[in-house]
Amino acid sequence: MRHFAALLLLVLPLAGLAGDGAARYAGLPGGRFQSALKYEDAKDGVRIKPFALMRRPVTNAEFLDFVTRLPQWQRNHVAGVFAEARYLSHWESPTRLGPAALPEQPVVWVSWFAANAYCESVGARLPTWSEWEYAAAADETRKDARKDPAWRERILAWYSRPSNQALPRAGLQTANAWGVQDLHGLVWEWTDDYSSLLVSGDNRNQGDADKAKFCGAGALSMDDRENYAVLMRVAMLSSLEGANTTANLGFRCARSAR
Amino acid sequence: MIGALATLLGSASLAASGRDAAPLPRDSVYQLPLLLTTHSGAKQDWRGRRGQPQIVAMFYTSCQYICPLIVDSGKAIDKRLTAPQRQHIGVLLISMDPERDDPAALKAVVDKRKLDMTRWTLAAPPAGDVRAVAGVLGIRYRQLADGEFNHTSALVLLDRDGRILARTEQMGSVPDPEFLAAVRAAATP
Repeated sequence: MRHFAALLLLVLPLAGLAGDGAARYAGLPGGRFQSALKYEDAKDGVRIKPFALMRRPVTNAEFLDFVTRLPQWQRNHVAGVFAEARYLSHWESPTRLGPAALPEQPVVWVSWFAANAYCESVGARLPTWSEWEYAAAADETRKDARKDPAWRERILAWYSRPSNQALPRAGLQTANAWGVQDLHGLVWEWTDDYSSLLVSGDNRNQGDADKAKFCGAGALSMDDRENYAVLMRVAMLSSLEGANTTANLGFRCARSAR
Repeated sequence: MIGALATLLGSASLAASGRDAAPLPRDSVYQLPLLLTTHSGAKQDWRGRRGQPQIVAMFYTSCQYICPLIVDSGKAIDKRLTAPQRQHIGVLLISMDPERDDPAALKAVVDKRKLDMTRWTLAAPPAGDVRAVAGVLGIRYRQLADGEFNHTSALVLLDRDGRILARTEQMGSVPDPEFLAAVRAAATP
């Protein structure tokens, strides 16, 4: 049985590569990127290698396919260390979506471990925070629209939508300049390195910093204080543990360029 | 990817050996397949540590400031245990820097800090698994542009089945009394 599972893992990533092709991903060139976060160790910007990012967040239907292929990620089988009890709690059953989880809606109530395993199962990985932030800096026409107050206002207006309403379908928004949809205004998204965002919550004692918790310098602060949308994302991700799940947190996958 | 596969294959052979037939508790950190490369160059599935309580921490060898304190913290706890208690607890330090922490780098710390190799293991996970093991242990970290790491530090006490019994972020030569009490309790047969 275990050998069989291991064999399956050998085969599935290849199937994933063949199965979802270019239509599912947009290619981004990368380069030097000035984050809204102030990295003391990278004042001239972070370097991002070329990568591909899923055009839409992963949907309920896609995640159902995943838990069908890998039953250890079904909510009644998953290890507690990988997902809290609310994991996929909005699905009708461990293997049926039901009325509260439509196939085209982005999957939510997923932990980092489950998101990570999904991406691995399709031969991909979660995007890094920098990759995500870089992709999300674009609007429909500009690769970096962040200096535009109107763009910021739009993002914040999206975020003020109450989270107790039903989620729209994934893929309804116009693609941004990179060909990626729904980075703002649909769900929050896991990043591979969500736990690298060592800010405020981890560093509460500003004046009398709890230095023993950190190895060396390099704590983060906001470089672009007007970019509240990024601040909200960072505050949210930095407060999460890998097993946590929430009603408006989903994910999409990325691939490194070959 | 390849790392994950290797760990899964490792787990298959471990399961085949028939050791510890009872299923792991769902809240055990050993639910995560993790194939470590130890300071002696051995490949070791960390689930093989099941059966004995463990003190686990994450560190990296080139760290100048806090990581030596992590070793100090483990040694300080050791010092306050009785000899029989010590024999009932293992210490596992997992590197967050597998690119640089090869067996030679790990062994250098073992030698320099005169660590008891019968009970202490310094080991590196596959690069693709660092974030996951940090996740189950509740450690946050970021690699800086110069290769150093910004990270939280914790000692985590696991029971014989890999469930977290206690954790402390108090580092140094004076152990957190509550954590020490938990270690003593776990190490007393």
